[in-house]
Amino acid sequence: MTAESKHPFTTVIGLEVHVQLQTQTKLFCGCVTTFGSPPNTQVCPTCLGLPGSLPVMNRRAFDLSLRAALALNCKIASFTKWDRKNYFYPDLPKGYQISQFDLPFSYEGYLEVVDPKGAFEPRTVRIIRVHLEEDAGKSMHDETAGTADSRIDLNRTGTPLCEIVTEPDLRSPEEARAWLNELKLLLVYLGVSDCNMQEGSLRVDANVNLHIPQPDGRLAKTPIVEIKNMNSFRSVERALVYETERQWGEWQDTGAEIGSMPKQTRGWDDSAGVTRGQRHKEESSDYRYFPDPDLVPVTVSEEQVAAVRSTMGEPPALLRKTLAERWDIPAYDADVLVNQGPELVEYFEDLAKKVGEGKVASNWMQQDVLRMLNERGGHIADFPVQPTAVADIIGRVKKGDFDTGRGKEIFAAVLETGKPVDEVVAGMGIAAVDEDDLQKLCEELIAENPKIVADVKGGKEQAAGGLIGQAKRKNPNVNPGKVRALALELIRALP
Amino acid sequence: MPAQDNAEPTLTREDVLKVAMLARLALSDAELSSLTDELSQIVGLVSQLSELNTDDVEPLAHPLDSQNVFREDNPAPSLKTADALRCAPRHDGECFLVPAVLGESGSA
Ligand SMILES: [Zn+2]
Repeated sequence: MTAESKHPFTTVIGLEVHVQLQTQTKLFCGCVTTFGSPPNTQVCPTCLGLPGSLPVMNRRAFDLSLRAALALNCKIASFTKWDRKNYFYPDLPKGYQISQFDLPFSYEGYLEVVDPKGAFEPRTVRIIRVHLEEDAGKSMHDETAGTADSRIDLNRTGTPLCEIVTEPDLRSPEEARAWLNELKLLLVYLGVSDCNMQEGSLRVDANVNLHIPQPDGRLAKTPIVEIKNMNSFRSVERALVYETERQWGEWQDTGAEIGSMPKQTRGWDDSAGVTRGQRHKEESSDYRYFPDPDLVPVTVSEEQVAAVRSTMGEPPALLRKTLAERWDIPAYDADVLVNQGPELVEYFEDLAKKVGEGKVASNWMQQDVLRMLNERGGHIADFPVQPTAVADIIGRVKKGDFDTGRGKEIFAAVLETGKPVDEVVAGMGIAAVDEDDLQKLCEELIAENPKIVADVKGGKEQAAGGLIGQAKRKNPNVNPGKVRALALELIRALP
Repeated sequence: MPAQDNAEPTLTREDVLKVAMLARLALSDAELSSLTDELSQIVGLVSQLSELNTDDVEPLAHPLDSQNVFREDNPAPSLKTADALRCAPRHDGECFLVPAVLGESGSA
């Protein structure tokens, strides 16, 4: 159930997302965009805003942002330009940010999110615009150092960002989180951005207010609050839940409605679990936008749009369908796999190809690979057990060398020790039980269990199950299915 | 130079004060008076353009008749940190030093 039904109001949420584009170099200069380098080692006259320097646009940054906009079903402007957004802050050396104001390169798109468990109705969120702009630098203030100074690192200055602004179409914090997950997945699959929030490659601000129906039929709207400083999608959801309750409380106390005060900005404090008021945002006209005379406009033809579209690859929504069809796996399985990202899908497809059976590979992915991956943390790209090894184990299970349970133990041991499957199997004393040994073992069991034999002969075949535990005690390597089949055959053959 | 009495008084002292604040400029009363006059004249001069009929004129985004200037995404050498910091009034060899800034940046 969504928040809508719990409260006598509708929660109205819009998002503003900044993603760093996967380029090697900055938007307007050749400085690299590597994360985590020592301060001020990736700066040059252009990104420092030194006199006489001139920006030149990075073609790949523009192409990647086109790809993002097309993936978000946006219209592409045939003519676009860049503007200066003027404000003073120490992390902005030029005194203005190069951004897009009245003619963004794309506008009017949408992205749908579907919850596989049906926690909410499928939601289509309209995109107002996607534009391309440069990032600012980083200011650091160490209060414990007892210094009055802030330190400025300009490595990030000029890094290409796509800004994606949605209409206020989301109706619950849960939906907002799910939609952000879908957006991230889309941008990762299309190679637009790595969307790594820890490294600041994806940043989210949220606008939220409440629409409260009144007895006279009027719709009261609480003042819109912009929430900043959320450093994970979970934080976004928590901050929105908190802010919804806060606004509901404030509405009951004051009855303040939209328009009665300037738009408020509140910062999310993750450890305290609250939003706190920040200074009021300057009106947009205070940024005194004007066209940047250092950059010429860009035109985009239908042919260029078609060319970008043709190299885009499958977005996750489509991949969920094709993966399910290609490997004959349930929609739920495809959803779980696709939501883990492109590298995991690649791992799965490699495994499925080697195993020759999609569903079996999918089961192992979900029950073993993903479980271990979650336990260990980390990324599938660094997972030490390769699909070849997993396929080898699955192949031996299918051949009857050992059962699935034993196979899972072997998988865990291969992961643990880093040894090849053969060596682990030998080390665990697991050897395929040969047919003669199996025959001998079953004959022994039959001789030792006259009651079970009588029951089976009397028509109660399930009584044979009692033999399997005993068989495993005699020889842990026997395959339960084979024991059962052979024992039944032998019993039936008895006079 | 057009006669001053032709121009509408387009700017008030408050307008100029606001622009000065946004530009982080401290103006004396005398400066404020003279700038209000001078800026009003400039705005008045430019506003003569609005008398023209521009219905059939394409908006101009850039004075140069040039479009689509790009560079490839190839790294170029950056400055050495020492050189990057050289012109800064204060630095610590790694970072630029500025009076403490607390709270969030004005934009993103
Ligand atoms: Zn640079």
